[in-house]
Amino acid sequence: MTYIPHTPANRQKMLEAIGVERMEDLYEGIPERFKFPDLDLPSRVSEIEIAQELQAYSEANLDTKHIACFLGAGAYNHFIPSVVDHVLRRNEFYTAYTPYQPEVSQGTLQAIYEYQSMIANLTGMDVSNASHYDGATALAEAVILALNQYRLKRKKVILSPKIHPQFREVVRTYMQGVDLEIVGDETCDVDAQTLADLADEETALVAVQYPDFFGSIEDFSALGEAVHAVGAMFCVVVNPLALGLLKPPSEFDADIVVGEGQTLGVPLAYGGPYLGIFATRDKYVRKMAGRLVGETVDSRGQRGYVLTLTPREQHIRRDRATSNICTNQGLIALASAVYLSQMGKSGLRKVAELCYHKAHYAAEEIDKLEDYSLWNQGLFFNEFVVACPQPIVEINELLLDYDILGGYDLGQCYQELQNHMLIAVTELNSKDDIDLLVSALSEVSHE
Amino acid sequence: MSEPLIYDLSSPGRVAVSLPEPDVEEVALPQDLLREDLPLPELSELELVRHFVRLSQLNHAIDTGFYPLGSCTMKYNPKINEDMARLTGFAFSHPLQDQELSQGNLILMYQLQEWLKEIGGFAGVSLQPAAGAHGELTGLLIIQAYHRDRGDMKRKRIIVPDSAHGTNPASTTMAGMEVIELPSDPRGNIDLDKLRQVCDDTVAGVMLTNPNTLGLFEEHVLEVTEQVHACGGLIYGDGANMNALLGVVCPGDLGIDVLHYNLHKTFSTPHGGGGPGSGPVGVCEELVDYLPGPIVDIVDPGDDVLAPLFGFVAPDKSIGRVKAFHGHFGVFVRAYTYMRMLGKSGLRKVADHAVLNANYLRVKLRDTYHVPYDRICMHEFVAEGRWEDAPDVHALDISKRLMDHGFHPPTNYFPLIVHEALMIEPTETESVETLDAFIDAMLSIAEEAHSNPEMLLNAPHETPFGRMDEVKAARDLVLCCRPVEIPQA
Repeated sequence: MTYIPHTPANRQKMLEAIGVERMEDLYEGIPERFKFPDLDLPSRVSEIEIAQELQAYSEANLDTKHIACFLGAGAYNHFIPSVVDHVLRRNEFYTAYTPYQPEVSQGTLQAIYEYQSMIANLTGMDVSNASHYDGATALAEAVILALNQYRLKRKKVILSPKIHPQFREVVRTYMQGVDLEIVGDETCDVDAQTLADLADEETALVAVQYPDFFGSIEDFSALGEAVHAVGAMFCVVVNPLALGLLKPPSEFDADIVVGEGQTLGVPLAYGGPYLGIFATRDKYVRKMAGRLVGETVDSRGQRGYVLTLTPREQHIRRDRATSNICTNQGLIALASAVYLSQMGKSGLRKVAELCYHKAHYAAEEIDKLEDYSLWNQGLFFNEFVVACPQPIVEINELLLDYDILGGYDLGQCYQELQNHMLIAVTELNSKDDIDLLVSALSEVSHE
Repeated sequence: MSEPLIYDLSSPGRVAVSLPEPDVEEVALPQDLLREDLPLPELSELELVRHFVRLSQLNHAIDTGFYPLGSCTMKYNPKINEDMARLTGFAFSHPLQDQELSQGNLILMYQLQEWLKEIGGFAGVSLQPAAGAHGELTGLLIIQAYHRDRGDMKRKRIIVPDSAHGTNPASTTMAGMEVIELPSDPRGNIDLDKLRQVCDDTVAGVMLTNPNTLGLFEEHVLEVTEQVHACGGLIYGDGANMNALLGVVCPGDLGIDVLHYNLHKTFSTPHGGGGPGSGPVGVCEELVDYLPGPIVDIVDPGDDVLAPLFGFVAPDKSIGRVKAFHGHFGVFVRAYTYMRMLGKSGLRKVADHAVLNANYLRVKLRDTYHVPYDRICMHEFVAEGRWEDAPDVHALDISKRLMDHGFHPPTNYFPLIVHEALMIEPTETESVETLDAFIDAMLSIAEEAHSNPEMLLNAPHETPFGRMDEVKAARDLVLCCRPVEIPQA
């Protein structure tokens, strides 16, 4: 199936109008010796066949509909109400392009405006952009904003080691061509005070995660103050769902809030597409990368929305643009806008509380087991670290027999955390699931 | 026609979601870290659904009408692709679950990599980049890493033709390199003499869009790639326009060293109102080790009994990750479905008919709309939206008037080297009847531009909204709405 509507008669008529004889004559200037290569590609299949093929591939995966999932580490198995996908499947949303022509794109524009509003209100910031690719790239853009804020004169960026390891890796990838020092995350036992002590007049940005990669939550007010005392910017990486319950980072005087928005109505989908949240203070709006929708009026006096502050962007400023980004995660931002509208004031709080209570029940029960202990010292949200009696790979393999997808093996990213498992609990984990996990862990350690 | 804002529809106490009660004992909440107020809207489910459905109805979309937006390849988005991406094993698998538990995902990614390699003529592909611009940044970081690895530290400059997408110079700056802009010659090709003058040992590479943004195949492409290679630079290919090249020519054969694909253009995945896209990067043999990881490979070839095992590998000198996890997997499933259903012969037909449609529009419109670089084009062409005897009318006015005829306007004011540019890309999925209706509309607008220009200057007339005051939007900067304050009773 090629989805091409042309009949032979159509083609004939069109070739004649163009004044060429054959389709091949339409290709001018292509070096003859490379023209029409014989590609080694499979021949076509029908819709019936592709559906069967992909059903088989799909079934060759483990999925969280068929197993109790305790794996998180940056991607979480949350409830997504039916409404979300029904809205995403509206043809007018998913088959539209970037809203360059506002007269015929008010649906997308207003939805993004509502997304920006809800993210700003959730994070406590003045303004959110229309989104980035994911949480990791949003953090990289925060670093770029801070460097530009100080016109590249401050050459130090401090990253907490408790920021998602892949996020920190992406920052380093982005920055490899820039003369810059990235410090703070050499070992995992660095606390807020140590980060504050590292900050100096050379520092452009200090970034922390809340809840952090190990699930812990703490008050970053003092750190925010210390960062500002040396004139640097303060960035908080969030799980936006946790903000249904927790103080927004505005209360820590954050200048930039970024985060992975997957928790707001986006399926796991083996890692993407997700949603990069980026929110900041009014004073940084002109330095912020990414699309922005603003309110205005049309020629008939109606309230309407447009892409605004475009002079920051690549298609106008070219090499002097704030970033090369020219899209957002459009449809995923829409998913989150629908999710947040549906959860609303009471629902998001309730989901966050469910996660919190269930995670604490799980942590407490696991901590009671002889060979396991809770590693987190203070408060945590819905994820926690457990010190285990044997390698996590082995435990997880045994847990599969109980239809349990075990937690994340922290030893992969933190040398000092061998045999430590990061366990995530969400509103989708029933008490029975948790009890099964606890008894399975107990049995596993005795095998 | 305005739809109220979601916050304006909110009433305290309304609930749109059904959640369970806790089945575990509740523990104390972290009192010192609790937020006081959660300013989110409160609606019923029906109000919410109506709100978003009404919003959707204010959009023009491929599924409601023709969308000849140049350089965006707004082709039909097949519905089967959507269903496949939502299969349980794809939509609900965790990115960090073991590779042994993800073989279906990994096989799909591996095959997609292999096909993209074959179509582009490349030795390696990484699916990680999230969008075209992200692929560009990735490609430039690869070029930079290649030179750095060879101890060739002087190469800090990237040659970018004046017809290039704005993302090309912006990506160059982001990668920490400098832009040298290169003019086009009168046939819309790169000016070879000027190229020769700038090629030296400080050039890291050139960014080449081919077909270029005028919709023209770069006639001197082999001279360009030879010239840049001779000075030690590499060739970056902007694959935004791959739709015209499927089965026609492999960019790798032409000497292009790195190229990004846009799965959301060429391979029919939906644009989603601005994203998510997907911008895989293909590279030649010399650059395979620098690709961003992880990449899918066969990690155990298997035997007579066991199937091969697919897994992630990190290339030796990888530039590192460019995003978390493995790329936009949901987009891969859609692109895979599309490529599989087209097959080898279908891919070539896509290019043929995309080029046929563009040339048909070009010859039917060129007597009325001046086409400055008028030769056989590829999948798109650029006309001018201006007439000397209708001095008040601009490309923008033509675009707005097209909306009254039910068409989305072409890309306007790009590329910058054409005055009042109208960049028209019909794609292969449009029928000749649709193209003829568009031609009629364009001709009638041209006539109106001379007889009754007011109709254009005040357009659109038939759409739910008129022209927006963009100056006010940028001046007043209202970027967020707060919940309506409810006075205490």
